[in-house]
Amino acid sequence: MKLKTILMSTAAAGVMLGSASVAVNSASHGMEPCEGCANSMTVVSWGGAYQNSQVKAYSEPYAEATSTEFVWDESSNEAVAKLRAMNEAGNVTWDLVDVEGPDAVRLCDEGLAMEINVDEVLAPAPDGSPASKDFGDSLVSSCFIPQIVFSTTFGYRTDVAAWNGAVPSSLCDIFDLEKFPGKRALEKRPKKNIEWALICDGVAKADLYKVMETDEGIDRALAKLGTIKDQVIWWSAGADTPQLLADGEIVMGSTYNGRLFSVIEEQKQPVAMLWDYQVFDFDGWIIPAGLPEDRLNRVKHFLKFGTDTQRLADQAKYISYGPARASSAPLVGKHAELGIDMAPHMPTDPNNMGNIIVNNIEWWSSYADDVDAKFQAWLAK
Amino acid sequence: MNKSDGAGGVPADGIMRAADGTPLKKSLARALRREKIRSLLLILPLLAFILITFIAPIADMLFRSVENGIVEDTIPQTVGLLQDWDPASGELPDEAVFAAFQKDLSEAFKAKTSTRLGLRLNYEKAGMSGLFRKSGRPATNMEPPFREAFIAVDEDWGDIETWAVIKRASPRLTDGYFLSALDAHRTADGVEMLPEKERLYIFLFMRTIFLSIVITFSCLLLGYPIAYLLASLPVRTSNLLLILVLLPFWTSLLVRTSAWKVLLQQQGVINDILVWIGLIDDAGRLIMINNMTGTIIAMTHILLPFMILPLFSVMKTISPSYVRAAKSMGASDWTAFWKIYFPNTVPGIGAGSILVFILAIGYYITPELVGGTSGVFISNRIAYHISSSLNWGLAAALGTILLVLVLALYWAYDRIVGIDNVKLG
Repeated sequence: MKLKTILMSTAAAGVMLGSASVAVNSASHGMEPCEGCANSMTVVSWGGAYQNSQVKAYSEPYAEATSTEFVWDESSNEAVAKLRAMNEAGNVTWDLVDVEGPDAVRLCDEGLAMEINVDEVLAPAPDGSPASKDFGDSLVSSCFIPQIVFSTTFGYRTDVAAWNGAVPSSLCDIFDLEKFPGKRALEKRPKKNIEWALICDGVAKADLYKVMETDEGIDRALAKLGTIKDQVIWWSAGADTPQLLADGEIVMGSTYNGRLFSVIEEQKQPVAMLWDYQVFDFDGWIIPAGLPEDRLNRVKHFLKFGTDTQRLADQAKYISYGPARASSAPLVGKHAELGIDMAPHMPTDPNNMGNIIVNNIEWWSSYADDVDAKFQAWLAK
Repeated sequence: MNKSDGAGGVPADGIMRAADGTPLKKSLARALRREKIRSLLLILPLLAFILITFIAPIADMLFRSVENGIVEDTIPQTVGLLQDWDPASGELPDEAVFAAFQKDLSEAFKAKTSTRLGLRLNYEKAGMSGLFRKSGRPATNMEPPFREAFIAVDEDWGDIETWAVIKRASPRLTDGYFLSALDAHRTADGVEMLPEKERLYIFLFMRTIFLSIVITFSCLLLGYPIAYLLASLPVRTSNLLLILVLLPFWTSLLVRTSAWKVLLQQQGVINDILVWIGLIDDAGRLIMINNMTGTIIAMTHILLPFMILPLFSVMKTISPSYVRAAKSMGASDWTAFWKIYFPNTVPGIGAGSILVFILAIGYYITPELVGGTSGVFISNRIAYHISSSLNWGLAAALGTILLVLVLALYWAYDRIVGIDNVKLG
């Protein structure tokens, strides 16, 4: 359980209320008939509130219009390993798989995901500009069909007496034990932590990956992390940090922005967001390689509908992740249950984008094994 | 057989025959064989089941730790030509190798296997996967001279080390995964240990064994009195207590582990109580989770029934009259326990300890949740390499070493205690 799994049951409840308005949208959406298509689809996602947002925004309106049967499998966590095993066994049972950008690159490299001509498969923006332009930078791999932008960022408790009223305002406050004493939570893997440590050790953002390519760079990052090592609780599931924050076990910690949104807005905990140097990532679909004709037709037909401008904007009613299409941003409305404006809670909101890092998938795909080995050895001692 | 005597139903040729005229010996053997086949057929489903679902996958997984056909299968001509090239010469491979490589790589690119090879080579040298991803498409429409063409795509193709890595990784069987699993690697000068600060796996193996032993002992320490109590109480009470022992079995492992989180964390129940009764002050709350202590406590709790049950079933069979007899002959309580009762329970201790130890050494969910960084096991790294880094070769090598370790410890146990001395009831 590493990502977006069980977000919050309250969010799931909110999803129920919002479904009615979505159904109206789909009725007005003219869809071409699907020729030679299978009648059912097996879709793999993360479960929890995230999957619920997909059900409400994408699959329910689609099923209503086409009477396609959807089977959901909550296996995105292990999607790459499982797809590889299915492929070796010669029996791929999945039609569409939700994965993060780096996994999409990996699946594409291994030949397990199908390459897509984005402009042919996906709908253009309402103003007619092609999908490839509308999705822009989020197209991290030729197999990847992006849905959302999410970010990994920090949340902190707003009621820490020992801080004497000081409020963390910059990323480097994470490393400041004097001004902000207390336990922190960081993810138990090197990605993002290394970048953050180097930035707070004085490395310019432009030089980050050049520095990280050297052994000294990694040593330097680990040394910086070493200054707070004994105050860190290392998490491996995205749900850990919100829980630890709510329990008062930690005073600040990193996690996915959608989870912090739940803690702050849905659970009303005394927690606030620190957006400084949030790390952007993309999450989206891949189609497994080698699908039979009729299943592939169905998947493509669904994708054209499910990733159009309106559908991506609809998803933001249920979860605070930003739509991957530029043309969806102006359509983002209010939360389906809470009724608050969602735009300020999007990682892509201009007010939250003062300093950002975009996950360098290319770099990490080459160096992750090496850096992870060093990081884990450092962590174990 | 008696040949001289024709009496007593023995025919003249001296061979005893069955009713249908076949020699008795033969028909007896046939009947026995039939019996054997029949019993074999009875266990055949189980045998096939074990073979197909247990032995074969394990063997397949173990084989992955040395299997390395991918390099030669993907770029066969290049591998063939590289045999004659010596990295120590200090010169790049000649144009023929680059030409062969261009052909191999463009075919691999069309078959979509080039990037997969890059991922494999990335285990040997960081950056190889990026290099292969970048070079696949350009290779399909390259013009000679290929050496210059490749270097134009990425200057790493002009680096001798790149080619040395490909050459080193080209044999169909590799020891590379095992070397990684033992904190070593192969360089141009042969096998070398990694620098001290990068070593991980040997350390984790030792910690796994150490923690498993500690957990086994704490299970024994806690389980022995409980089992004794269960065995000596009247049946009605002991059945009730037995249900309490078994109750955790019916609760999800995750729930039990999470419950420990609630109890042990710094703002948790135990710390709150200790602060409330004034044993510790608010600033000095104990750290009992996300470290080794957390792993030991949570795993001892989870594995305790596996110690209590074999102990209980052995203690049940020890007649109370033994201890009474010892006492009647003047033994003190301690002597009667130590000299009479305890030796009788050794088979139960053996069974419980083996069960707990072997279960503990392969555990990973609980250490992952409550172990922090100082309480994780080698299995956590195996799981990581299976599902996240997808380095199945390394995972298989680590798994093989773990299996060998368990078998070695089992063998040692058999030599010291004797496996016949183990009794589950």
